[in-house]
Amino acid sequence: MASTQGGPPAFNNSVVRWIDKRLPIFTFMHHEYGVFPTPRNFNYWWSFGGIAMVMLIIMIVTGIVLAMNYTPHIDFAHDSVQRIHRDVNHGWLVQYLHQNGASFFFIAVFIHIFRGLYYGSYKNPRELLWILGVVILLLMMATAFMGYVLPWGQMSFWGATVITNLFSAIPVIGNDITTFLWGGFSVDNPTLNRFFSLHYLLPFVIVGVVVLHIAAMHVAGSNNPIGIDPKGPQDTIPFSPYYVTKDGFALIVFLTIYAAVVFFAPDFFGEPDNYIKANPLVTPPHIVPEWYFLPFYAILRAIPDKLGGVVAMFGAIAVLFVLPWLDTARVRSARFRPIYKWFFWVLLIDCFILGYCGANPPEGYFVPLARVATLYYFFHFLILLPVLGKLERPLPLPNSIAESVLKKSAS
Amino acid sequence: MRKLLATAAVALASLSGQAFAEGSDVKLLPVSFSFEGPFGTYDYHAVQRGFQVYKEVCAACHGLSLVAYRNLQQIGLSEAAVKAIAADVQIRDLNDVGEMADRPGRPADRFRSPFPNELAARAANNGAYPPDLSLMIKARPNGAHYVYSLLQGYEDFAKLTADQKKAMGLAADFKMQPNMQFNKFFPGHQIAMPKPLNEGQVTYNEEAQKEGIKNDLPQLAKDVVHFLAWASEPKMEERKKTGVKAVLFLVILAGLFYAVKRKVWADVH
Ligand code: HEC
Ligand code: HEM
Repeated sequence: MASTQGGPPAFNNSVVRWIDKRLPIFTFMHHEYGVFPTPRNFNYWWSFGGIAMVMLIIMIVTGIVLAMNYTPHIDFAHDSVQRIHRDVNHGWLVQYLHQNGASFFFIAVFIHIFRGLYYGSYKNPRELLWILGVVILLLMMATAFMGYVLPWGQMSFWGATVITNLFSAIPVIGNDITTFLWGGFSVDNPTLNRFFSLHYLLPFVIVGVVVLHIAAMHVAGSNNPIGIDPKGPQDTIPFSPYYVTKDGFALIVFLTIYAAVVFFAPDFFGEPDNYIKANPLVTPPHIVPEWYFLPFYAILRAIPDKLGGVVAMFGAIAVLFVLPWLDTARVRSARFRPIYKWFFWVLLIDCFILGYCGANPPEGYFVPLARVATLYYFFHFLILLPVLGKLERPLPLPNSIAESVLKKSAS
Repeated sequence: MRKLLATAAVALASLSGQAFAEGSDVKLLPVSFSFEGPFGTYDYHAVQRGFQVYKEVCAACHGLSLVAYRNLQQIGLSEAAVKAIAADVQIRDLNDVGEMADRPGRPADRFRSPFPNELAARAANNGAYPPDLSLMIKARPNGAHYVYSLLQGYEDFAKLTADQKKAMGLAADFKMQPNMQFNKFFPGHQIAMPKPLNEGQVTYNEEAQKEGIKNDLPQLAKDVVHFLAWASEPKMEERKKTGVKAVLFLVILAGLFYAVKRKVWADVH
């Protein structure tokens, strides 16, 4: 394979040449992944997009195998997952990979999102790229929520009951929507069936949006830790082999942690209650969603009004859609924003506090804590970012990526 | 949200209320099992003894529907022994002329549950339902330690001193309901299961006795928990063994990738 930058690659293999002439897929891959000029100064936070993509593939592959052996019926679903563990060859492995894969997918994507927040990756010209990312996040949440219902344990059932009930808060049509979601008058067999169908469908929708997400990235180009655009060839390096090896290393470290959990603590993220078959007559004392929903769950419960809670919960994601216009700062990277930098960390801690509140029953000091944390979350996006961008005086930016890299390695 | 939970949890009020009461503050009994930790394995002698306890005691009330008789070969019983154990049980099935009839069990059958359905089970247990034990150890926080303690947590409520009651965080107006037993470790402290295990209730075979295995209550409880832990995850050892290989492989691969990355990047920094 040739390596001339820019020009059409000359393939040695005649079959490849034959195909490429008719469908230039190899040329495409060569341009977009082989020689694609990539800023030379990425740190490891830039590896998490690729890691998220690998997790998506793992989820789809393990999910398809699970679906071959799973029975979507309220009487059999819980046992069928156990049959997968006990009677399907390596079924336990596939099931644990899928169950924990969801958590690790969210870990990767949350890191990926906070990377974007820190380095201002959502700003001009990457607004659409960012918005597509938020769409992916929403789709992931829907997929994970419905997936969690499938094993039909106690938390599956009661989580589904609580969350679907939220829609009844919508004025006028709320109850009809809930009935429509359920396919009846409570969470029951029709609900399980439609959730299974959608849980199989949505990951492929995610694949579609990821393709758009990456296409948009290849138009705008990647951001980088100092947030200034590459000005010439000295600022970039070809994606392969530089980032193939760097991202590859990061990926394998990530997969090692994932494997350690799958093999040695597979129930670490799980709830014991979900090993009890769903029982509509017995309510678990604490209904908690999966950890990745906890901050949103805390926001939901922080508002003492049902509709208000639902609005705030969806609002927490909605603000991300308009974030590119809320942040008025011209400078992208927090490295050159001395004040924003601190507020980034405050926001991160705030999200952890929200998660902590979401994991605990809404009693005692958790109630005011969750309210303050919710308030702060919206304050950060709706008030702080627009104002800060105007007030803050950014540090002087380096002239180029190359300059900042060379200065760093010299010192 | 409270209002919402209230609507969602329509059933809460109609619940008998004891099954999932608030967790108790009582510390579980100290014990350690060979299967704990990242490299822990089952002690199949203990699992076999535990199976004996389950079969002779718990099986009168509790099902184990996810385990098949053939699975017992994994804990070290011979094929012939498994066949005999299965054949001892009468399984209700369709016969040659299409009628439901009892037939001797086969190794491929799953453990027969003591009651045909939940209603029958409740009718025989003062309205309480003895849950299937297949996943019990995974279905409770710290399951092995919890069940081990639960089996030894029975006390005579009438004989508890005021101090003891206070230490367990019992409310001043705590009263025993009819047909309930006091148990230190059960959430809410009132359990519908009569004290199932007593010292000396099961006699272990000579081999175990020669090894010096007693049949006092802690030993019986420990063994049956060992068996139930195996039943809740028969593939645990395979999982951990595969895990050692997988993690080792990934660590080496990571090292290789790091070396290659360093080499590739040498001219960039
Ligand atoms: C006489 C019938 C009977 C026998 C024998 C019996 N149980 Fe139970 N068991 C029950 C009933 C009834 C319940 C439900 C108790 C409740 O919900 O209050 C129960 C509940 C349990 C629970 C669940 C406790 C919880 O946290 O919900 C465990 C664990 C258990 N039994 C273990 C055992 C073991 C191990 C044995 C054998 C050593 C055994 N049982 C023998 C009737 C029995
Ligand atoms: C299924 C989940 C996702 C996958 C597979 C995915 C994949 C990727 C990949 C491979 C990249 C390029 C590598 C990188 O820069 O890290 C990327 C870039 C990006 N992603 Fe995602 N992504 C996902 C979700 C999200 C979400 C939820 C958001 C934000 C809400 C987001 C925002 C971005 C942004 C802003 C970029 C450009 C980053 C930059 O170059 O600075 N992504 N994504």
